[in-house]
Amino acid sequence: MAAWFSKKPRISPVEAADVEALRQQPSRMQGLWAKCDACNEIIYRQEIERNWNVCPLCGHHLPWPARVRLQTLLDPGSFEEFDTELEAQDPLGFSDSKRYKDRLRTTARALGEADAFVSGMGRLEGHPVSVGAFVFEFMGGSMGSVVGEKVTRLFERAFENRCAAVVFNASGGARMQEGIFSLMQMAKTSAALARFRSVKKPYISVLLHPTTGGVAASFAWLGDVVLAEPKALIGFAGPRVIEQTIRQKLPEGFQRSEFLLEHGMVDAIVPRRELRTRLGALLSLMG
Amino acid sequence: MAQLPSFALDFERPLLDLERKIEELKTLSGSGATDFGQEIARLEKKARRLQSEIFSDLSRWQVTQLSRHPARPYFLDYIEMLFTDFFELAGDRRFAEDASIVGGWARLDGETVLVLGHQKGRNTKENMLRNFGMPRPEGYRKALRLMRLAERFGKPILTFVDTPGAYPGIGAEERGQAEAIAVNLEAMAGLTVPVISTVIGEGGSGGALAIAVANRVLMLENSIYSVISPESCSTILYRDTSKAEKAADALRLTARDLYQMKVVDELVPEPPGGAHRNPDETAESLGRVLRKHLASLRSLAPQALVEDRYAKFRAMGVFGRR
Ligand SMILES: [Zn+2]
Repeated sequence: MAAWFSKKPRISPVEAADVEALRQQPSRMQGLWAKCDACNEIIYRQEIERNWNVCPLCGHHLPWPARVRLQTLLDPGSFEEFDTELEAQDPLGFSDSKRYKDRLRTTARALGEADAFVSGMGRLEGHPVSVGAFVFEFMGGSMGSVVGEKVTRLFERAFENRCAAVVFNASGGARMQEGIFSLMQMAKTSAALARFRSVKKPYISVLLHPTTGGVAASFAWLGDVVLAEPKALIGFAGPRVIEQTIRQKLPEGFQRSEFLLEHGMVDAIVPRRELRTRLGALLSLMG
Repeated sequence: MAQLPSFALDFERPLLDLERKIEELKTLSGSGATDFGQEIARLEKKARRLQSEIFSDLSRWQVTQLSRHPARPYFLDYIEMLFTDFFELAGDRRFAEDASIVGGWARLDGETVLVLGHQKGRNTKENMLRNFGMPRPEGYRKALRLMRLAERFGKPILTFVDTPGAYPGIGAEERGQAEAIAVNLEAMAGLTVPVISTVIGEGGSGGALAIAVANRVLMLENSIYSVISPESCSTILYRDTSKAEKAADALRLTARDLYQMKVVDELVPEPPGGAHRNPDETAESLGRVLRKHLASLRSLAPQALVEDRYAKFRAMGVFGRR
């Protein structure tokens, strides 16, 4: 547990599922300075980190690593990680430009993460929570058997401990490389959630940039309360797929948090800096 | 009865050409001029051999093509062939009627069941109405409404999956496509009546699963079920839709693959040449398997049905421990 607290947070101004691509831009990643992709200003990196990876100049929400998010939002020292032993396999023998097995290994080594989800038990403003967050950098936060199993166990722990569940979602959807097994994780996690409902404790889902596909279409959208960070891309189909289907450009702001709020699809947009207090308030209200 | 389809896939064509020739000879024989009996017998033997050659070793891509065959029986065809007294129920009571999912009451051997399935169109006009079998949120919400109705009346639910996927469009996103699917997954997990889902053609990702969280999941022999279409997979992996054949192999998406991976409970055999060559025989075959599973599920109490379904999906996934 202590090991990851000491880990240096990463700022990644680019969303890239491909770790190789990430590694090729060390200057943007690890330098003293970082560039905000919204206002294009060059900012002292520490200043962004101190501000929870929100641009201090324009308020743009940069990606925030899962472990740093949990460490920051949960009560100090309260997080205990679970299910760290789970490891992805390659049930289909899948291979594209490289073998899925190799992709898993290099990604795990580059990120120091076994898969795309970190979960455990902790406290949030004093409330015990079964909590988890997606590691988007790990193959686009895609859900294969390990992520599905971890999410399922998260709900099972919440059920057993009669406590709230909180999930921070950022995922491109199901993990193609595990084929039908990935698809079935949508059913598995939703079934576990169905069982958790009977304890009448809140499940709060926080949708981060981006949350799409099979994760959006299962537990992510099933929160008793669904919150979103500002300007996150959230939806079922990706914008490119929709544009190809309907053969027209999508309007500005389509599928963004503000658009979803307007269409009645989320409960509230919560700026990152307010997340802890707003989550605490909800947990307290819903008991 | 067996029929010669007007459309043929590339790999079906040699067989169909041969069968046409046989038909011609039969017509000529019938007119009495010459007796082609021997020749016909020879060609029929050849046709049988050719058919078993072609169909005994179909590639995954060929199965994919068969699963989408324009002459393949659709949900409404099975309703006609398997059930009586079908009473269609429309609308989600929220926004609209979505004809890409059809549902209603029907009888199987005199017993009331709720049937529900994706419906594709046979021609352009029908496909406009059916949206090529790609539901919008309304379709999934109608499905949910009907499933809840079945549950209230203690009637089994039989769903039939045949969709390229949930529709990716502006309105669908605005009205919560992902939410509609998600809600169905959870709701189906908790249904207290027997649920059997059969993939009769294409099982396209979340759009298929949204009506397929069932106690028993069956697949017709030449159907597919996949997290992503081979075409989209190919675009992502190889930046090229033409490698769909390769992607189909990588995804292992055929009924046989899924049965081997223990994701589906039983395969429903199709007649030689595929379901479209003999829809009646296919329906009969499907009916046998459905009745068998329905009978075994009817003996389970409501809570046992929920447990049975939970155990099934809880076990899904392949992972290791470090
Ligand atoms: Zn900025």
